[in-house]
Amino acid sequence: MKINIKNAIHNRELEAISLLTVIVMWQLVADLLVKNKLFLPSFIDVVLSFLKVIKNGALYTDISVSLLHFLIGMFLAFVIGLPIGIIMGWFKGANHIFDPVIEILRPIPPLAWIPFAIIWFGLTHQSAGFVVFIGAVFPIIINTYTGFKSVPVVYVEAAKVLGCMRDQNLIRYVALPSALPSIAAGIRIAMGVGWMCLVAAEMFGVSNNGLGYKIWWHYHLHQMDFVLVYMLLLGFLGLLIDRVFRYYVDDRLLKWRLGIVM
Amino acid sequence: MGRLTVNNVSRTFYKGNGAPTIALSDITLEIKDKEFVCFIGPSGCGKTTLLRIIAGLDTPTSGEILLDGTKISVPDAKRGMVFQEYSLFPWRTVIDNIAFGPQMQGKNKNESLKIAEKYLGLVGLEQFKNSYPYELSGGMRQRVAIARALANDPKVLIMDEPFGALDAQTRNILQHELLEIWRKNNITILFVTHSMDEAVFLADRIVVMSARPGKIVDIIDVDLPHLRDRTAPESNELRNHVLKLLAKEREK
Repeated sequence: MKINIKNAIHNRELEAISLLTVIVMWQLVADLLVKNKLFLPSFIDVVLSFLKVIKNGALYTDISVSLLHFLIGMFLAFVIGLPIGIIMGWFKGANHIFDPVIEILRPIPPLAWIPFAIIWFGLTHQSAGFVVFIGAVFPIIINTYTGFKSVPVVYVEAAKVLGCMRDQNLIRYVALPSALPSIAAGIRIAMGVGWMCLVAAEMFGVSNNGLGYKIWWHYHLHQMDFVLVYMLLLGFLGLLIDRVFRYYVDDRLLKWRLGIVM
Repeated sequence: MGRLTVNNVSRTFYKGNGAPTIALSDITLEIKDKEFVCFIGPSGCGKTTLLRIIAGLDTPTSGEILLDGTKISVPDAKRGMVFQEYSLFPWRTVIDNIAFGPQMQGKNKNESLKIAEKYLGLVGLEQFKNSYPYELSGGMRQRVAIARALANDPKVLIMDEPFGALDAQTRNILQHELLEIWRKNNITILFVTHSMDEAVFLADRIVVMSARPGKIVDIIDVDLPHLRDRTAPESNELRNHVLKLLAKEREK
């Protein structure tokens, strides 16, 4: 136990040193080698710009607008993807109805949908949400389907002999909890893809705010230090969302999986 | 009541190329209420198939099963089943696993939990009430599986090699506990096993089966009082008899 704690501290130190080294090198390269704010803003430039966007309040608006787009997309992907995945995985034959359509639509890069997003929804939040939705829905469908396909038969039979006979009950009490690890993994992948679609979804200007939109706006103004602020923000927020999800789902919802080798 | 009638039951499986495998051929058997019947035979003799048909998880190609005179085809709460492999729902705690049956019978949460507590006590695992299955040993998991099957108050308990995966020591203990439960709960038990020792220790009657096609070779009455001495001459004699029967089947 003691050794573990020692190791943990040691690891933390290593991580901090690694991060510090990169920052120092970045600053030195920017100051001494590149000497051009357009090509490479220094660490200090970025920190100062960051403080500016906090001060003028733009940051909060940008984050909330981006989260709105993200949530619209993720919510739709969940409420549409989950039932389709369940139906495909549970009812024999349904697979053959949905599969061809999905297999044709899935390889189309989400960004290729942008023209239709604009035609259908105009320059609205829904339009950006739609692009996120396209990116997020397929991982959810496919992981839900896979999870349902791999429900161990013995759980279904055990439930049947205990008097759980109807499809809706078997899905609710047996298949869904059994498939939950796979579904959760699907949602995580979906959130990753959706987050990546966000920048492109916002760049065509559905609103004058948003993390992705601001990257392009500042680019047009040649304020690369601000571009970098928003890039890093997208990275950190993506990480944070993933961590929060993992904390709630893995540690709480899926704690029964401890000790199960999957 | 838990009187089972198996009438001319046959079951044929078809492989991908259409070749038939006769798993069960014309099985007829009468099982009395509160009887403890063991099924023994070589692997592939269809004993599991027969039990699955009785449970309602499989349908016979021909023939019928009657429970107290009523034909049965789909699973219901009157027939409980304990599986060979671990079948507890890993996402439910021990108590919630046991409460599953009553819950499915439409009892409310409190009522179900109360019933579950009772059966948890019966198998002596009160202190593991809120544990998840992965935290339990193999023997404890099968105890919970038995409690879960009993919580529906079935007339017939179907057990498919429930102790097959356990070590000999745990197995002996669970056999004792099962006899205790059987006596307390007034149920009919159908028990598939590979172990001669288990059959001779537990059963009122031993059904000896042969493989391909699955048929009943002999039905042996065990007229020894419980609890039986595993090493008594009578027990040995019975074991010998069954062993010889099975050996003869192998030679065929």
